[in-house]
Amino acid sequence: MEKRLIYADHAATTAVSDEVLKEMLPYFQENFGNPSSIYAKGRENERAIMNARQRIAKCLNADPKEIFFTAGGSESDNWAIKGTADRLAQKGKKHIITSVFEHHAVLHTCEFLEKHGFEVTYLPVSPEGIVSPDDVEKAIREDTALVTIMFANNEIGTIQPIAEIGEICRKHHVLFHTDAVQAIGNVPVDVQKQNIDMLSLSGHKFHAPKGVGVLYVKKGIILPNLIHGGGQESGKRAGTENVPGIIGLAKALELATANIPEKIQKLTPLRDKLIDGILTIEQTRLNGSRTQRLCGNVNISIVGIEGESLLLMLDNYGIQASSGSACTSGSLDPSHVLLSLGLVHEVAHGSLRLSFGEELTEEDVNYILAVLPEIVSRLRAMSPMWEKLKKENIKLV
Amino acid sequence: MNYSEKVMDHFTNPRNVGEIPDADGVGEVGNAKCGDIMKMYLKIDGNTITDVKFKTFGCGAAIATSSMATEMIKGKTIEEALQLTNKAVMEALDGLPPVKVHCSVLAEEAVKAALTDYYTRQGVDAKLIVGEIPDCSECHAHD
Repeated sequence: MEKRLIYADHAATTAVSDEVLKEMLPYFQENFGNPSSIYAKGRENERAIMNARQRIAKCLNADPKEIFFTAGGSESDNWAIKGTADRLAQKGKKHIITSVFEHHAVLHTCEFLEKHGFEVTYLPVSPEGIVSPDDVEKAIREDTALVTIMFANNEIGTIQPIAEIGEICRKHHVLFHTDAVQAIGNVPVDVQKQNIDMLSLSGHKFHAPKGVGVLYVKKGIILPNLIHGGGQESGKRAGTENVPGIIGLAKALELATANIPEKIQKLTPLRDKLIDGILTIEQTRLNGSRTQRLCGNVNISIVGIEGESLLLMLDNYGIQASSGSACTSGSLDPSHVLLSLGLVHEVAHGSLRLSFGEELTEEDVNYILAVLPEIVSRLRAMSPMWEKLKKENIKLV
Repeated sequence: MNYSEKVMDHFTNPRNVGEIPDADGVGEVGNAKCGDIMKMYLKIDGNTITDVKFKTFGCGAAIATSSMATEMIKGKTIEEALQLTNKAVMEALDGLPPVKVHCSVLAEEAVKAALTDYYTRQGVDAKLIVGEIPDCSECHAHD
């Protein structure tokens, strides 16, 4: 079999696309001016940023004044959560609601706030990886300042009932933030229809460069200034703008949101073929809902083997993927997302995440399905854990 | 820090994988909850380790350190095998990333566990010769 090169880690990052790069390039050399400068070169860049802000707002059904540029998803999450906490603590509201399987940019920010006198409710998720809107409603208190629930999970790709949660928050006059880093370009996002007060996104997940993101903040919500200095971003986040990055993000977002239904239609059957194919290997399980799932996400646990060695083997075959095993997380515990679904450590260690973009082909899927069982057999053959499970006829999934 | 070429070589082409059905000593260390288990089989003739095989569930470093440890004790005397340290295994692999050092510790302990089993089968108090092997639960990583 001919070796193929398959990039199956789009949830980690993506390459800057040709069209995006083309639009950015002039802003590195010819149009290098500082948008705050008074002369033509500067004004030109100020206009370019204004234009980018308008284009981005349009993609999200927001107003350009509601778009703030940041350095990425983590910064946007930090600003939204800590900023809201800071403002509403002054009104005696010191309670935050989130879920147990958020990205660390949200979880660690909430943990930080707990050390500073806030109370945080970490909602459980269903075994399918979905937050229940009812749970959100039940958790809301008089002193709740913010609800922050991710739009789609970064590991298992499950899509959350964002519009419903947003509606509940509106009803109870509680602010609602969502980390939409994984959702953008994969699910239609409309901040008005989906009742979203604040939304984080990150450019490099949809073919814009790394180091640029957006925080959408609904008009009327006033967050404290994040970086003090010049008047950039209405004085809220000082510092000379990342002009090429902002231009790139605008173009990439337009491209990513232009053909979502087509993308879903193309990727879903390929994803499902891959899932069904992998599940024919004994003692494997799909992590997260099959239907409420990003069209490019596959997350499987393979009993008896460890995720990192699986990734290294896959890499030898040209397949680049990721895992929720402890070894790849750099800690001793496997992914908090997989554990939140109720998986035991042993099963979580053997997880594999494949995340795809539009370029995925049927040939790629066939190649993965040809290579993976071979690798699994090889690793299981040298696994004392697998030997024991087989000998004692124990099934972990 | 990434894996050295030697680690990748021992991971991709592990030496001495398998089991010895009539082994004279078998040792298993680690546990599935932590994500690594090493099992080592020894064939001992007189005072010499004539054959050694391993099975490992774990990351790239766990497989590579097991493979390297088997190479380092094969054909050696028991005394020599008892002197194998995790540091020596690491050095032989041109180093390991800091978070993977515990894999080399497991490799050292797997050898010692197999020798403990060998002595126990001979009716000899292994603790006096091999020493104590810390139990996985004594590792406080999960506290």
